[in-house]
Amino acid sequence: MADLAIDLAGIRSPNPFWLASAPPTNSGYQVMRAFEAGWGGAVWKTLGEPIVNVTSRFGGLDFKQTKMIGMNNIELITDRPLEDNLREIEQVKRAFPDRAIVASLMEMPERRRWHELVKAVQAVGVDGFELNFGCPHGMSERGMGSAVGQIPDLVAQTTAWVVEVSRVPVIVKLTPNITDVRHTARGAVEGGAHAVSMINTINSLIGVDLDSWKPIPQVDGQSSHGGYCGPAVKPIALNMVAECARDERVGIPISGIGGIASWQDAVEFMLMGATNVQVCTAVMHHGFGIVEDMIDGLNNYLDGRGIASAGDIVGKSVDRMTTWENLNLAYKVVARIDQDVCIHCNKCYIACEDAAHQCIDRVVSSDGRDTVVVDESECVGCNLCAMICPVDCIHMLEVDTGEPSQSWKQRQALAGLETR
Amino acid sequence: MDLERAPRETSLGPSIHAELSELDVLAEANRCLNCYDAPCTRACPTHIDVASFIQKIGTGNLKGSARVIMQANPMGASCARVCPTEDLCEGACVYADDDRPIRIGDLQRYATDWLVKSGVDLFQPGRATGKNIAIVGSGPAGLSATRELRRLGHAVTIFDANPALGGLNTYGIVPFRLPMDVALWEAQQVLKLGVDVHTGVSVGDDVAPSELIARFDAVILACGMGSVPPLGIPGEDLDGVWDALEFIERAKCGDGIRAPGPSVAVIGAGNTAIDALTCAKRLGAPRVTMYYRRGESDMTAYPFEYDFAKHEGVEFRWYCTPIRMLGEGPMVRAVEFVRTAPGRPSGTLARPLPAAIPGSEFVVEAQTVIRATGQSRLSDLIGGFGLAQSHGIVAVDETLRTSHPKVFAAGDCIFAKGSREAMVVEAAEQGKTAAASAHRMLCQAPAAITQSSVAQ
Ligand SMILES: Cc1cc2nc3c(=O)[nH]c(=O)nc-3n(C[C@H](O)[C@H](O)[C@H](O)COP(=O)(O)OP(=O)(O)OC[C@H]3O[C@@H](n4cnc5c(N)ncnc54)[C@H](O)[C@@H]3O)c2cc1C
Ligand SMILES: Cc1cc2nc3c(=O)[nH]c(=O)nc-3n(C[C@H](O)[C@H](O)[C@H](O)COP(=O)(O)O)c2cc1C
Ligand code: SF4
Repeated sequence: MADLAIDLAGIRSPNPFWLASAPPTNSGYQVMRAFEAGWGGAVWKTLGEPIVNVTSRFGGLDFKQTKMIGMNNIELITDRPLEDNLREIEQVKRAFPDRAIVASLMEMPERRRWHELVKAVQAVGVDGFELNFGCPHGMSERGMGSAVGQIPDLVAQTTAWVVEVSRVPVIVKLTPNITDVRHTARGAVEGGAHAVSMINTINSLIGVDLDSWKPIPQVDGQSSHGGYCGPAVKPIALNMVAECARDERVGIPISGIGGIASWQDAVEFMLMGATNVQVCTAVMHHGFGIVEDMIDGLNNYLDGRGIASAGDIVGKSVDRMTTWENLNLAYKVVARIDQDVCIHCNKCYIACEDAAHQCIDRVVSSDGRDTVVVDESECVGCNLCAMICPVDCIHMLEVDTGEPSQSWKQRQALAGLETR
Repeated sequence: MDLERAPRETSLGPSIHAELSELDVLAEANRCLNCYDAPCTRACPTHIDVASFIQKIGTGNLKGSARVIMQANPMGASCARVCPTEDLCEGACVYADDDRPIRIGDLQRYATDWLVKSGVDLFQPGRATGKNIAIVGSGPAGLSATRELRRLGHAVTIFDANPALGGLNTYGIVPFRLPMDVALWEAQQVLKLGVDVHTGVSVGDDVAPSELIARFDAVILACGMGSVPPLGIPGEDLDGVWDALEFIERAKCGDGIRAPGPSVAVIGAGNTAIDALTCAKRLGAPRVTMYYRRGESDMTAYPFEYDFAKHEGVEFRWYCTPIRMLGEGPMVRAVEFVRTAPGRPSGTLARPLPAAIPGSEFVVEAQTVIRATGQSRLSDLIGGFGLAQSHGIVAVDETLRTSHPKVFAAGDCIFAKGSREAMVVEAAEQGKTAAASAHRMLCQAPAAITQSSVAQ
């Protein structure tokens, strides 16, 4: 049994799986059930001046018959009174002292108001704070959420106000609705944050109803942009985690969020530098029970590779991410098709023919069978055919080009040119 | 056609293909890989773009889906139910080796059922060419040829001996496989393009073939095959001894067929025998038995047909052949069989004839006996047109032109026994081919159907 316990900037939990601040952490009743199911921590639904929500609030993106590969929402922060939330936080923490309870906070950009909120909340005994500078809708129009999170100086300043009075670690939750997440992450570091978490939801409009022509979700016939999350956003989140993890000027622990639904997703985020992960959409889709396989699967994965502790994989793939100019131009892979497994759907053929480099040929084999064969001398090794093969019978093989390793940067330097 | 006068049908119990639920339809449609140069399409005699019609179901474009089907195959709704898909599209599907091919037939049924319910008209007649073509027989081959000729703008006159159109689709294929209303709907779709119809007219009896050749610019012979020939044994004319086609037709039309049996004997082991057996079973006969002079592995019925018959509770006796029917008054009461032994392979015969084993005779009780030993050929009619033929099979070239330059032939009347059974889908494709060839002859142009004759 591997040691799954993690320590995110001083916040400890028995496993890396936390609930993200969202509907699943709306009340003590829910967080209690989540902890019973095995979740290692929970970031409470964002506390602040209670708001009024609209109906309806969510929209789902289906792909073919797969439900909700993405969802968006126009929900705001908690709509429950602060004192109710604080009382329930205290009760849950007493019942589950080993789990991490982090309070998510959002407040008007005023030092005094932030101080009051931080003090009131830490009085009931939370393990950390997460500053919600991320919600892209509603609150941002009132100068909160991503209105703060998009400006590195405001991130730094607001973080500093919190750190001034906080007795527990402070996490800053970053918005993806920026061009370069490292700038806002650096702002958080400047303000004294102990960790960053990412990503919050992405600006989005999930769809338009073809019959009524109303945008989705609709409120009395109208809608407004919402926050996008779920499996479809994972690649965006993973890249932002990797960007921050390899930035020396960030250099603080990361809590990964965005599209995580399984232990495999969690491992990828951890390899890319996340100390732990947070989950929202997958729970909204399937309930708290999914954590059982997340824990079990991670444990078996680590045991299977002889790794003693979950912390040992954190960041192990970070230095494999670099900039394009450093990639080896002499490296070559080509596609090869396993004829014994091929089912002859010809999808690789048409993909290469119409959308790649016309290097898959349809030939009749010596025993009269229709086959598809890669012309390896023409193959540029793009991966497309292997990606679409429905039976995974195309493998990318390394070939020795005989040329020495050389990156674009090195090539430019040899030619006496600057790369940028 | 006057639908009021169309025969009334009985369904004889539930369809052998359960309708897919909406969820199953989407799951199947989404499972299709949308293969390139897909094997399913290559395996379809009419070359329906299967991947295309399935993708369209997936996007909710059912009109487009139905159009893809019906454009390639004017009998697309019937074929969705009667095609031996295991041997055709589904057998070729890239998932077939995994034993889970896409359920193409059921999806095709879904799209064409939608078309039937929607009342949408997909096709329109082409601009009139002034040419007039006679079609003899309104089965799948004749209707398919008619539809194509009307889209090309030729006037068409159909002659059929039966009171209703559709040929074996209407009268011969058991209702729990192909309900009559589907066959009649499909005929009606063709008639909507404007066709001169003469039902109840037997060419050769009521109209002379020579008259058709003289009056029309071209003739397409699509008369199918004939009745089941007699076995040539004593007692065959007793009451209760049936031609399988007549038995199925009477059962399908629900007219005047008493509950058969209690013991029913069916002679033969092809798909028609299976249909007669299951029909008799569903009419309520407690004991239905098939008798075949060869062995189980020799039977010509499709394996899934055989499975279906077993499932319906039919019994099978191999290696025996009838030698005499025994009567009680005018009624048949028993059949005498003799056991047979597998024949010796001989150089000349594809399938060696079994030999009777002397002294092995036995008698079985049967109040209904059904002959299902294959259909005879309409040699007289073919002869009436003066066409070259071989044992009742009209001789045609690859354009389906007969020995008479104005006469083309399609469907069962040109079907030469080979590896496959006669099929609706082949007849439909041949109808298209014959129409295209007649058009080419009449207009000296390839049959390019313009988009304007497809309702968009
Ligand atoms: C019992 C049975 C079950 C079958 N089941 C299947 C199945 O499940 N799937 C499948 O694909 N195929 C099946 N078939 C085969 C299929 O029905 C035929 O291949 C198909 O109907 C052939 O079409 P056709 O147009 O050539 O002939 P037919 O459908 O036989 O139509 C011929 C038409 O010509 C008319 N006609 C004949 N002589 C004259 C005349 N002298 N004057 C005027 N009109 C005339 C007839 O009245 C008839 O309407 C089955 C056949 C039978 C007998
Ligand atoms: C309905 C809904 C409400 C949310 N509310 C909050 C919130 O109050 N505070 C916050 O920091 N994030 C909020 N989020 C964002 C999630 O915490 C998370 O960052 C995002 O959903 C991406 O993760 P996922 O794809 O794994 O669910 C919310 C998400 C959803 C779907
Ligand atoms: S072969 Fe099967 S999977 Fe491929 S297009 Fe045809 S039905 Fe779809």
